[in-house]
Amino acid sequence: MYDPSSPVLPAAGNPAQAATAAVAGARLPAYAQGGELRLRGDLGVWLVILMELLTFAILFVSFAFARTREVDVFNAAQATLNLNAGALNTVLLISGSWCVACAVAAVQRNASQVGARWLLGALACGGGFVVVKLAEYAQKLASGVDLSSHTFYMFYILLTGFHFLHVLVGMLALAYLWWNTRRGRYGSHDCHALETGAAFWHMVDLLWIVLFPLVYVMR
Amino acid sequence: MPVLSRTQVWLILLAITCATYGMGEAGLLGHGSMGPVLAMFALAFTKGLLVSLDFLELRHAPALWRWLVVGWLALVLALIVLAYWISLR
Repeated sequence: MYDPSSPVLPAAGNPAQAATAAVAGARLPAYAQGGELRLRGDLGVWLVILMELLTFAILFVSFAFARTREVDVFNAAQATLNLNAGALNTVLLISGSWCVACAVAAVQRNASQVGARWLLGALACGGGFVVVKLAEYAQKLASGVDLSSHTFYMFYILLTGFHFLHVLVGMLALAYLWWNTRRGRYGSHDCHALETGAAFWHMVDLLWIVLFPLVYVMR
Repeated sequence: MPVLSRTQVWLILLAITCATYGMGEAGLLGHGSMGPVLAMFALAFTKGLLVSLDFLELRHAPALWRWLVVGWLALVLALIVLAYWISLR
């Protein structure tokens, strides 16, 4: 059977072998064929990602325009947020995204164990994000702020809480992918599931890249 | 935009995050002027562009997908800046 990862190509002069290689080549993943434009990950999950981006776009823009009606109220409430926690979570998500990108690259060159370690790194970053966020929520609740009747805090909980749920879902996916990667189930022959999980995790990072300056920094 | 290694992208993202944090810590955004807000969201756009093109690998995806995500980012940030400008009037 033709091995797509094998560097040894069939002899060009042998028509039978060349035909076999052509058929096998058609089955090769695009990244193994090189140069071809390809969307990394599952199309269905990408459609979900587009829907998520649209949903968050509505929330982000709603927040920005709601602020125009109560600028002083929003600025005063935002000053009570922990900028350090927001920045630390940005660093954690960016680093998690980097780890996942490195994991995909490692698995594509059949270094499964290296890829699994990168995925563990991403999981650690996600875990760090969860701890920091929960500490932030606990701090807010302990301060006695009425989260339900204040426009800024309502948006704060809605935006960060919805995003937090996505981080949890992303971590579940990463844990599953780490388990399979460790067992060598992905490689240059099949990286589809890993790329799909990676796309979701990068989307979570992308959303936070807008959320952080909008909610924590803009005054 | 030149092709950067994954680690270079990560370091640039960290540097931009530090810059955004520094702007917030220094209170540069609390004076009701457009300049610092525009600078901050330009930095956010750069971060989003790097994550989209290099981590999501949209640089090597069909143009439609690349423009959907980058267009989303540009539109959302532009509307946020527009809302901020309205709040100053």
